Amino acid sequence: MFNKALNIHKYLRRDMYPSIFCVGCGIGSVLNHTLRAVDELKMDMDKSVFVSGIGCSSRLPGYIDGNGLHTTHGRAIAFATGVKLANPELNVIIFTGDGDCAAIGGNHLIHAARRNLNLTVIEMNNFNYGMTGGQTSPTTPLGSNTTTSPYGNFEEPFDLADLVVGAGATFVARWPLGYPYETIACIKKGIAHQGFSFIEILIPCPTGYTDKNDLKSNKEIWEWYRGNTILRSKYKLLNEQEQDQNHKLVIGELRNVQRKEYTTEWAKLVNRLRDEQDRVDDS
Amino acid sequence: MPGPAGVVQMDKASYEQICRILGEKRSFLQGDVACAYGALLAGCDFFAGYPITPATETAETLARLMPRLGGAFVQMEDEIASIAAVIGASWAGSRSLTATSGPGFSLMQENIGYACMSETPCVIVNVQRSGPSTGQPTEPAQGDMMQTRWGSHGDYEIIALAPNSVQECLDMTLLAFNLAEEYRNPVVVLTDGEVGHMREKVILPEYDEIAFTARRQPTVAPADYLPFQSVDESLVPPMATFGTAYRTYVTGLTHKESGLPTTDDAVAHTRLITRLVEKITRHRVELTRVEEQFLDDAEVAVIVYGITSRVALNAVRTLRQQGVKAGYLRLIGIWPFPEEKVRQLGERVSRIIVPEMNLGQLVHRIRELVPDSCQVSALPSIGGRVHLPAEISSALMTDRKSPEPEGQHHV
Repeated sequence: MFNKALNIHKYLRRDMYPSIFCVGCGIGSVLNHTLRAVDELKMDMDKSVFVSGIGCSSRLPGYIDGNGLHTTHGRAIAFATGVKLANPELNVIIFTGDGDCAAIGGNHLIHAARRNLNLTVIEMNNFNYGMTGGQTSPTTPLGSNTTTSPYGNFEEPFDLADLVVGAGATFVARWPLGYPYETIACIKKGIAHQGFSFIEILIPCPTGYTDKNDLKSNKEIWEWYRGNTILRSKYKLLNEQEQDQNHKLVIGELRNVQRKEYTTEWAKLVNRLRDEQDRVDDS
Repeated sequence: MPGPAGVVQMDKASYEQICRILGEKRSFLQGDVACAYGALLAGCDFFAGYPITPATETAETLARLMPRLGGAFVQMEDEIASIAAVIGASWAGSRSLTATSGPGFSLMQENIGYACMSETPCVIVNVQRSGPSTGQPTEPAQGDMMQTRWGSHGDYEIIALAPNSVQECLDMTLLAFNLAEEYRNPVVVLTDGEVGHMREKVILPEYDEIAFTARRQPTVAPADYLPFQSVDESLVPPMATFGTAYRTYVTGLTHKESGLPTTDDAVAHTRLITRLVEKITRHRVELTRVEEQFLDDAEVAVIVYGITSRVALNAVRTLRQQGVKAGYLRLIGIWPFPEEKVRQLGERVSRIIVPEMNLGQLVHRIRELVPDSCQVSALPSIGGRVHLPAEISSALMTDRKSPEPEGQHHV
């Protein structure tokens, strides 16, 4: 399934370790999965840019021996849009979190999906703002305890995969931590996809979220994921009423379609105008 | 590559292609359009923006012309995204631009600070309108002089230029791109709704009149390259772009010369921020651009910038005809502030009038610089009304010890 002999260290900036991540955090695993996908795709690291905003997950580009653009809170996708349009040859991968891309950066997320720009967004959903100490985020489950919902969260959370499907993303997938083979294969597909790819990975945050919500061991966290997610293949078997009543997060590859990609269409426009100009010059 | 400043000429084929797309060498243009022309002649190949009065014509012009030159144009979802895309594009190797007005400029401030911190060359045209808030969208103002200098949080320096004609909109935008590359810093072109929307004759510069400052490239091997280490007295580090063997990590966090973050080291922070400030202030003299008229024997003077200078020069000429020894100092480079020119003038004249289309912004900086023997008076005009020449000449003739004229704000 994947190269178990891979020495992942060749992709890392060793002088950045030890990392900032807490014990039990899922972000390091996402880095591992991403780099394995990058390795299998034989991506040229000189031609790859890892863009991020602010938050724990946004610190990932700092650990990768490649180009990194660690930007302002919520704006990673907007910065990445400039990088990609200026040089479409670059592979542009965005690391972001639920707060970064769904709250302060929500506008950039939906518009990048709408444009179908060839970017890959890897969004780590830990259901809270971890870096600032565990506040409610737009994906915090109903009733959960956080430092800003001490009596239980009473706002309905976003289903970010649904949101970006609605906005026009052409590759959308979601996996909880604990499905390494599926996740690596999914990131590989997302990067190779010609268009806007959005991959959500559900990850534990013991410091900010899971510990406060009676999920104190890996076993309990795993059981929560099992109980609150449903594979897309199983979801498809539900009848219409059951689908409407479903409150579990659907996991798996949720959308994979082709639609006109922004940089390809722009290049066509440039070529068309150049041909027209040449005809004017010749006549 | 030529000397350390990286001044080369744009290749002639590019120049000729741009001129072919722009059309007539002499034309009758709006200031906003001239900014777009100046950008293209500076080699600008990326624009991201969001519609806003009175700056939209720059975006409209580039939407039409940019794809014909093979560059990129994108209308973003807001101004925060626009400046973000501009910074991203710069790191991917583009000479990048956005254009906006007050409300959009306010939204851009956090990322302008990011551009300063990450030493990203880029150009922002701010066609000023009356504020605060939505204010008077179609009316000119000069209300963003201090926001340009201090709008983002923390300590930083910015370069800003204030054209007073449509021709200067072209010339200053072109210059802004070269300064952005030379100092690896954002540069703001501060026009206003009047300069941006009025139409005047514009002459496109000839090929050998155009300077082209190329980005400083690293000269060391990739393994030895430190993207935030100054290598000479300019204090401006060479800048590799994404996609080369010089892998670069960029962050808005306080960082080491390698670019990697170090957030609790007072020495590293002080060293970084001091260099970012000094790389501009050390070049204050080179960055000083003023127009001086009738100053040799002046006893009173006006210090002025932007559209207001056109009226002020008229007022000074009229006073001269009446035998009054009035002088005129126009600030073209606003930031870093041309301190020496203002200080010297303050030592020579007894009174300085500062007409501004705000309730008094640069007047405070001027007052700090001149000796007590020189009276400095603000002459505000807000609401979108450009001063009348008579108001300026009358202020130059009025002893400040006498009562303030009716309706004039005492600042």
